[in-house]
Amino acid sequence: MNVRASLSPFRNRAMNFTVHNWLRLSGLRSRAEPRPSGSGRSTPLPDGRGSANAVSPTCAGVIALVAALVVASGRPALAIDPDVAAAEQQRVAVVGQVSPSVVAIFSPGGAGGGSGVLITADGYALTNFHVTHGAGNFMKCGLADGVLYDAVIVGIDPTGDVAMIKLFGRDDFPAARLGDSDALQVGDWAFAMGNPFLLATDFSPTVTFGIVSGIHRYQYPAGSFLEYADCIQTDSSINPGNSGGPLFNSAGELVGINGRGSFEKRGRVNSGAGYAISINQIKNFMDSLRGGLVVDHATLGATVATRDDGSVVVTGILEQSEVFRRGLRTDDEIVSVAGRTIRSVNQFKNVLGIYPKGWKLPLVYRRKGRKQEISVRLRGLHRQSELTLNQKQPGPPRPQQPPEQPRDRPGGQPRPQQPRMPQQQPQPHKPPAELAKLYVEKPGFTNYHFNVVERDRTLKGLVPFGDFSKETGTWKLAAIMAADESPCEFTLGDALSGLVVAGGKKTFVQELNPDARLEDEPPGSGGFLLAMHHFRRLLIQGPAGFSEFYYLGSEPLDGTGETVDVLFCERYGARSHWYFSRATGLLAGFDTFRDEEVDPCEVRLAGHVELAGRRLPELWTIRYGDAEFARFKFTSATFPPPKPDTKPEVKAESN
Amino acid sequence: MSMRSKRALILMVLIAGLQSVAVAAEPGERVIDQVSRQVVKIFGAGGIRGLYAYSTGFLVSPKGHIVTVWSHVLDDQSVTVILHDGRKFEGKILGAEPQLDLAVLKIEADDLPSFDLDDASAASVGTRVLAFSNMFKVATGDEPVSVLHGVIAARTKLTARRGTYETPYNGPVYVVDAITNNPGAGGGIVTSADGVLLGMIGKELRNTQTNTWINYAIPISELKTPISEIISGKFVARSERLEDAANPRRYAPVDFGLVMIPDVLYRTPAFVDAVLHNSAAAKADVRPNDLILFVNDELVQSCRLFKDELGRLEAGDTLKLVLRRGNALLPVELPVEKKTESAASKAKAKAAKEKPEDDPDSDDK
Repeated sequence: MNVRASLSPFRNRAMNFTVHNWLRLSGLRSRAEPRPSGSGRSTPLPDGRGSANAVSPTCAGVIALVAALVVASGRPALAIDPDVAAAEQQRVAVVGQVSPSVVAIFSPGGAGGGSGVLITADGYALTNFHVTHGAGNFMKCGLADGVLYDAVIVGIDPTGDVAMIKLFGRDDFPAARLGDSDALQVGDWAFAMGNPFLLATDFSPTVTFGIVSGIHRYQYPAGSFLEYADCIQTDSSINPGNSGGPLFNSAGELVGINGRGSFEKRGRVNSGAGYAISINQIKNFMDSLRGGLVVDHATLGATVATRDDGSVVVTGILEQSEVFRRGLRTDDEIVSVAGRTIRSVNQFKNVLGIYPKGWKLPLVYRRKGRKQEISVRLRGLHRQSELTLNQKQPGPPRPQQPPEQPRDRPGGQPRPQQPRMPQQQPQPHKPPAELAKLYVEKPGFTNYHFNVVERDRTLKGLVPFGDFSKETGTWKLAAIMAADESPCEFTLGDALSGLVVAGGKKTFVQELNPDARLEDEPPGSGGFLLAMHHFRRLLIQGPAGFSEFYYLGSEPLDGTGETVDVLFCERYGARSHWYFSRATGLLAGFDTFRDEEVDPCEVRLAGHVELAGRRLPELWTIRYGDAEFARFKFTSATFPPPKPDTKPEVKAESN
Repeated sequence: MSMRSKRALILMVLIAGLQSVAVAAEPGERVIDQVSRQVVKIFGAGGIRGLYAYSTGFLVSPKGHIVTVWSHVLDDQSVTVILHDGRKFEGKILGAEPQLDLAVLKIEADDLPSFDLDDASAASVGTRVLAFSNMFKVATGDEPVSVLHGVIAARTKLTARRGTYETPYNGPVYVVDAITNNPGAGGGIVTSADGVLLGMIGKELRNTQTNTWINYAIPISELKTPISEIISGKFVARSERLEDAANPRRYAPVDFGLVMIPDVLYRTPAFVDAVLHNSAAAKADVRPNDLILFVNDELVQSCRLFKDELGRLEAGDTLKLVLRRGNALLPVELPVEKKTESAASKAKAKAAKEKPEDDPDSDDK
């Protein structure tokens, strides 16, 4: 009987599951069964071949054979445990439920493809950077309904190997539910879906089923990018074309994006070790990706090594880094980062690898037996130029390539060639006109169009302050210091910001022109006068008041606080990050950096007060480094009309 | 932990396993966690020319006896063993049975979580299994090894023919439908879904005819006796015993005063390791490090073939050898004398004293 030839693994899949479970029930068995004798003889297979040239067909054959025997014998041996049958039904239901969210991605020139998964009803989908890379900015995406949709690139994360795209044509796309990848445990069922070997011409996704083989895995960067930190290892088959597709848990929640496997000498096909980027990592980058950015990962600015006693110590540290300013030094032991205990270099890389540049994390270190807790803003892993330059360069080896050498089947029959897309140069693709509007090229961005969308959404948080666009005169704001109720007055103009405290005894001034030195004024604030200038400018001119102004993503405020949307601005080398509460949409605070390598002046806002017919934040808390500088409460404001001889600065800036 | 409480624990694990079957849920996470603690990562020789320098092993005694696969990774004085909790030990090679691809290491530690080989079992085709190994060196330090799931697809005999699977092992194996035999996975284990030890994952093997890779494990029943013998120090390599049974073995190298290098590879070249004093070989000026190329005009490509040729000699023959020493080819002739029992055993004892033939620790191979 030639089991192998008669078997279609796909047709028998359902039966395999059933019998598989049945065998499992009867499989506890073996103690009662005679052991193979010591001489090393064993019972050959029923078909007498006794070898296992092709493992899975043999296995499938054996299972099918057993099934056939059981069925033929007419015994009620297939009385499946109702629980097992129920579990199977549940699995079938879950697969049916999530299939519609799986995307088959094709580059328009037909040069390759991969998989993806929808995460919102309006068409945002996740995939791998190495799938979209080289596919161009417009793609064709097939869903399980057999329909081909147009899609445009939104954002990329070259380091984390993630890309976001947006499909068009519906506002009710079937979206996958996001799970919690940190809740996964080794041994959990996990299934991968996608379009391996580009098998499905009708785009109905392929399912491969396995377990979580490892969690918190670290896989070194392939080239200078594509570092898989804190990733999920699975034995679900991950093959060429699965890249970018979803890994679901048994409840059908999206827990990862499949993107990599341990491929060695056996060709680029499943080796039993596939890796998925954890969805919890992607959540950290999600809003930056939606904002059309080229996102960067983070570094602490310090290198570490494992000592023989298992402790992880700092071996080198950048003196310009914030972590140095917070007090970390060489030979200090890293105890925990972001609340996770560090016991190996891999763990250190795992923890850092899941955070975007600029986030603040709590860090605990030990020196001479004493623990210190600090909060550190992370540096970028790459320079922006490195990330954008590499965008144009050929990417890492694509898993879409067929195995290096065609292999022969047992029996000498030529094996069917891997389905391969025509290897032609991608044709310059003309997207439909209405789609072309949704892609805007700008250096440093993946797709600036989406940044404008997110920027404008976030800027609505300024509306409650009222319209300041005509208030271009010199503002006078009176406040009292919370510490001693002493009064002070801010004078905010185009040319300078000033502060008078204690009835004129102390005066602080920050000049504002392209050549002015940006000072720590008042001293110890980190540059509060500069920060106030940025605040005034934002209210009057909005994005037009700055040379750079864009949406940066979201983050937990101060590392542990509420989620805030972040806008970025730059003028004369000084930068500000504006934090808008995700819950209320209101401005919750901002950080102003005089310089790249110094701590910012951190302003946190609470409450609001009606002054001169306008609304302003009432309580201002100013921090610098790890200390609070002051608290102000605004009591009155005047917005005199601009002097007629003052040149409106808007014009000067508008180039 | 006493034997009794251990049994009780295993029973509990079994019951837990049954319960998990009842709800048809995942392989028990507790089982996986517990089994993983008994699996170690091994780092040793290699790292060049595509040879990986890592493999897997499993603890078979609380005192640190570790079973692993015999491979080039052990081709070093000592290897580094890393336990599940990240503790690092130097592993000494206690003994090996190249015919079974088996080696036993020892680390100096106590109270380690370990398998009791008496609790190992056999399993039938269709049994759901888990495979534990440090394939691809995915785990370092205290990170747990990788776990795969599958079923036993076949229980069969490995066809160890030349030109198919190049391995000295030709005993029974479990063929698994998971991709268990990856780089570094050798020495890992296959257990039942409830964590009962079934077999040791073997080396990577490729069928040279079909270019396919096989995923298999050697049943513990094949390994149990040699493991216990190596641990108790009573071990005699099966290679010797097998040869004795299969061939007439009328003569052995030692009958001519030749001590060959340990036969550890599938095709170990027939290098002379030492020459006994006053032996026929010494008189003919055979020297250590000579490579034996021809025996009675037959090309011998390995120690084993050399021994086969010697086994077929009859008293009164002349043993004609062609040796390679440096770049020179040297023909030598040795008389084949009638063997007396005592002479042969005396020579053997002497050889054992001077250089134990199957000592895998010997430096100059």
